[in-house]
Amino acid sequence: MTRYFSEEHEWIEIEGDLGTVGITDYAQGQLGDITFVELPEVGAAVGKGDSVSVVDSVKAASDVYTPVSGTIAETNAALADEPELVNTQAETGGWLFRITLSASDELGSLMDETAYKAFIDSL
Amino acid sequence: MSELNLPDGDDAVEVPETLTLPLDAWHRARGGRMVEFAGYWMPVQYEGIMAEHLWTRESAGLFDVSHMGQLYLSGEGVEAALEAALPIDLSTLKLGSVRYSLLLDDEGGILDDLMVTRWETGFFLVVNGATKWDDIGTLRELLPDEVTINHLDDSALLALQGPNAAAALERHVTGETPLSALTFMKGASFKLGGVDAWISRSGYTGEDGFEIAIPADSAAQIAELLCREPEVKPIGLGARDSLRLEAGLPLYGHDLSPETSPIEADLLFGINKRRRTEGGFPGAVRIQRELAQGAPRKRVGLALEGRQAAREGAKVMLGDEELGFLTSGGFSPTLQRPIAMAYVAAAHAAEGTALEIEVRGKRLSATVVPMPFVPHRYHR
Repeated sequence: MTRYFSEEHEWIEIEGDLGTVGITDYAQGQLGDITFVELPEVGAAVGKGDSVSVVDSVKAASDVYTPVSGTIAETNAALADEPELVNTQAETGGWLFRITLSASDELGSLMDETAYKAFIDSL
Repeated sequence: MSELNLPDGDDAVEVPETLTLPLDAWHRARGGRMVEFAGYWMPVQYEGIMAEHLWTRESAGLFDVSHMGQLYLSGEGVEAALEAALPIDLSTLKLGSVRYSLLLDDEGGILDDLMVTRWETGFFLVVNGATKWDDIGTLRELLPDEVTINHLDDSALLALQGPNAAAALERHVTGETPLSALTFMKGASFKLGGVDAWISRSGYTGEDGFEIAIPADSAAQIAELLCREPEVKPIGLGARDSLRLEAGLPLYGHDLSPETSPIEADLLFGINKRRRTEGGFPGAVRIQRELAQGAPRKRVGLALEGRQAAREGAKVMLGDEELGFLTSGGFSPTLQRPIAMAYVAAAHAAEGTALEIEVRGKRLSATVVPMPFVPHRYHR
C-alpha cells in the first residue's frame, strides 16, 4: 500500500487499482469543525482535479478534488451521521470515497508523505 | 496562489495596511488564529468555533471588539441634533441607558446600525468597525458645528457574554452601583481591576452579558484578569458570527446595507415610536411609506432540512420563481442544524412558508421560522 498527497490537501491510499481518498489532517485543522460532507455518487466517472465532494465546516464550504481520474467505487457511509470523523480521523476512519483508477500514471504527479510535509511547512 | 497585479508608476493605488488592535499580542500568545477583518488583524478562533460557541452559551466568553468605533458626541444642542440625524427618541433615553439605532441615508437605506448611550453631558455611540470612518463623515455632515464628535480611539472594547458572565465580572468590579443593579441595556461607570471602565449590560450573542470600554493600554491586563476566571475563555470572530446568527441579530455589510430599509430588515424597533409619526430624520419619507403600505420584501429566518448549510448569496426559490437570497447562513452549533437569514418577497415571508434554497445546483428544503432561532436570555 502506498499513500500519496496532493497540493489541494487530499490523500490517496493505493491498493491495486483502487484508491481511498480523504482530506489531510492539516486540511481538517484549517477547516475546523466539520458539520456535513457531500459525497460523490457511486459509479460516477470523474477526472483528476474535478470537484467531487464538499466538506462543510462551521466556517465555510470547501471543495474536495479527486487527485486521480477514475470511477467512484464506494463512499464512506459513516459520514452521514458522523461528519466529525473527518476532524477526528482525517487520514483513517474519516476517508471520503474509494475510486477505481483509470490512469494510474497520474500518481506520478502527486507527493509522497515527506514531500507533503515539506509542502505544508512552506505554507 | 493568484498573483496580485498592482498598477505601478503614477497609477499606483495605496493598499491600506492591516492595522493591529491593543490586544493583538495577547490574542497571538493565547493561540488565536488571526485574520483580517474590518481592516484589522483579529482572532477568528482559538480552540475551534464549535467549542467556543458552546462555551459561551453554557459559561462565558470574552470577545475583543476593539475594532468597533467608539464615539462621544457633545456640545450645545447635541440632543436635538442627534434626533435630526437618527430615528431615535432621546426623550425616553435615561442616563446610562443604551438603545439600538440606525444611521440612514436620505433614501432610507441603512448606512450602519449602532448603539446610543446617554452620558452625563452627551451621547456615547458604538458603531461598526468597517463603517466607522464613513459614519464619522456622515455624522459630521448631519450635525452642526456646535456638536463635537470625539473618536475614542484610545479606548478598547471587550464583550463578556454568557450565563456566567455576571458572576465572573462581579468579582473584579466596584462602583457606586452594584453590577447586579444593571439590567439589559443599562450601563454605568465602574472600576474594573483598578481601571476606569464603562460597562453596559448588552451584547451580540443573545446571552446575558456585558460590553466593557476600557483604556487601550489596560486592555491586555483586563483581558488576562477576566480569562483567569474559571468561567471565562477567549472567543473568536467565528463564534461571534454563529452566536449572533442564532440570536437572529443582523450583521452590517451582510444582512444590512444601503440597499435595505429598516422595515425590510424587520428593525422597526430601531425607529422609535414618536419618530415614526413625526419623521424629521434622513429617509423618513420612505420609512413612513413602507410603514403604511408595507415593504416589498422582508428579512426572515430560515430553518433548513438536513445538515448541509447554505450561505450568503444563495438564492431562495419557489419552483422556478426566485424569491430572494440569503444574507447569512451556517450550521447552528446549539441547534445542530443549518439556519439562515434571507430577504424574501413579502408574499412569501410568513412563518411556516416552505421554500427552497439553491446550493451548488441542488435544492435544499427550508421553512420560514421566527427569530431568534435560539431564545434570548437577557437579564431584564
